[in-house]
Amino acid sequence: MAGTLVVCEHLAGKFSDITFEMLDLANSLGTGEINALTFGSMAENAGELGIANKVISASCSNDFNPETYSAATVAAIESTSPDLILIASTSMGYDLANPVAASLDLPLVAYCTGIQNNGEDFVCTSSLYGGKMNVSSKVSGPVVAMVLSGTHDADSGRREGAPSMSEIAAPATDGKIRFKRLIEPEPGDVDITQSEILIAVGRGIGSKDDIEVAEELAELLNADIACSRPLVDAGWMEKSRQVGKSGFKVKPKLYITLGISGAPEHIEGMKDSATIIAINSDENAPIFDVAHYGVVEDLFEVCEELIEELE
Amino acid sequence: MKIAVLLKWVPDLVEELEVDDDGTGLDTEDLKFKLNEFDDHALEEALLLAGDDDEVIALAMGGEGSEKMLFTALAKGATRAIRLTGSSTEGTTGLATAFSQVLEAESCDLILTGVQSVDDRDGQLGPFMASKMGLPCISVVSEVSLSGQTASVMKEYAGGMMAEFEVDLPAVLGIQAARETPRYAPVSKIRQMQQTSTLEEFSITDTGTGSGSTVSGFSQPEGGSGAKMISDIEELAELLNGLGVV
Repeated sequence: MAGTLVVCEHLAGKFSDITFEMLDLANSLGTGEINALTFGSMAENAGELGIANKVISASCSNDFNPETYSAATVAAIESTSPDLILIASTSMGYDLANPVAASLDLPLVAYCTGIQNNGEDFVCTSSLYGGKMNVSSKVSGPVVAMVLSGTHDADSGRREGAPSMSEIAAPATDGKIRFKRLIEPEPGDVDITQSEILIAVGRGIGSKDDIEVAEELAELLNADIACSRPLVDAGWMEKSRQVGKSGFKVKPKLYITLGISGAPEHIEGMKDSATIIAINSDENAPIFDVAHYGVVEDLFEVCEELIEELE
Repeated sequence: MKIAVLLKWVPDLVEELEVDDDGTGLDTEDLKFKLNEFDDHALEEALLLAGDDDEVIALAMGGEGSEKMLFTALAKGATRAIRLTGSSTEGTTGLATAFSQVLEAESCDLILTGVQSVDDRDGQLGPFMASKMGLPCISVVSEVSLSGQTASVMKEYAGGMMAEFEVDLPAVLGIQAARETPRYAPVSKIRQMQQTSTLEEFSITDTGTGSGSTVSGFSQPEGGSGAKMISDIEELAELLNGLGVV
């Protein structure tokens, strides 16, 4: 086994949690040496990557660019010949894993929640169909696996140490993509990351006007309203209320979901809430896997009855 | 300007999904399919970007759903619709090969597709295909503007952060969300398109040997394994009481 290459994601000068999750995963697999690839000045924080035997630092900008970061990753793979390449299943990861796999003609397995090392090959489990199916893929290395956030333990992947260091130059690219600037989110009227109680509405709410019932319940419970992605895309809710992959990560005392099925993109943003109560009419909805309490019923009926009961 | 939009037919997750007899796929017998919702956003963004002299070409693999997707795209305002025939494809790698054949023949300035789909086990179509075609690609895009042969795009990161990039055309973009809600095409208009317009056909050849990995199992996550189920409202109210929120 020729080891694992963990491609470390960072944003705004800090390694993202998924970087440590991937190190935790790599550490559990026993595939030999673990190399961590960092970009720009992030190698200065190599001490946090104690699980890695070696840190390879790509000399390039700290700002993600699909072209340069892919070229650097390809160079790191060519110089270390890993059996397993772990890349985050994130916005940056999409524009990194795909070009790397395509240009090196390596198999790619996306949305991985777990990887098993069988010695001769790997079995990667992907969470597909909005989290409603686990699909396992058998594949021999070298393989690029895209790891979903929230599937491994970032805390145990974060270990202080002094991995050996090396540097690679990011190969020249044709510069068709140019990074311009990073934009911080516009603050909303409510900072949902600070809310103690959140009522999160999803697609099951059906229409913009029907959000009213959630607001009524929120008032009674002294809660703030959050939502899943589709409601922002539909223009029904502000982006500042969005929980999940491209929204905010929240950890309230109580998180109540109304009509949220529980796609992995949403679960990643709320699964650490202290208590989760899910209300959904589909008993097979994956949200019930992470919820502590579940109510399988029409959300409007539940809300109306509950409002009556509480009043 | 020529803008291509790649459309994909995917299982509707509103339906209950079941594993087939082999245990390595979905039981498709009672399954309903629909246009990948992100592709619908890609189509909308293409229609919004296109000026009067620009062409919007909708592309889809032949087979189930292709007529519905393509005639609907025409009804919404696409100028042309091409159905890919001659070979079936497997996975993202197969789709990428198929679409790249017609795209190379059409030489478009901009290629839009949905950021992801519910079944893209072997990678996301946009960036994978772009790399195979030697084109630049940005995914998870929610804003696009064009100026000459350059696109300015917003790519979404976690926590509401965004990054602005400039991309030389021709380029591929994986669309997360169009700037407006995808428009609706009335059934009457789709019917009218079916009567008055025709779908072009493009015959694809060998779409490769697959993704390099083999599906070895499909299983449903154990439903409700974690949650304690509550069946009456009083119990729910009591729970909230116990949590000290009321």
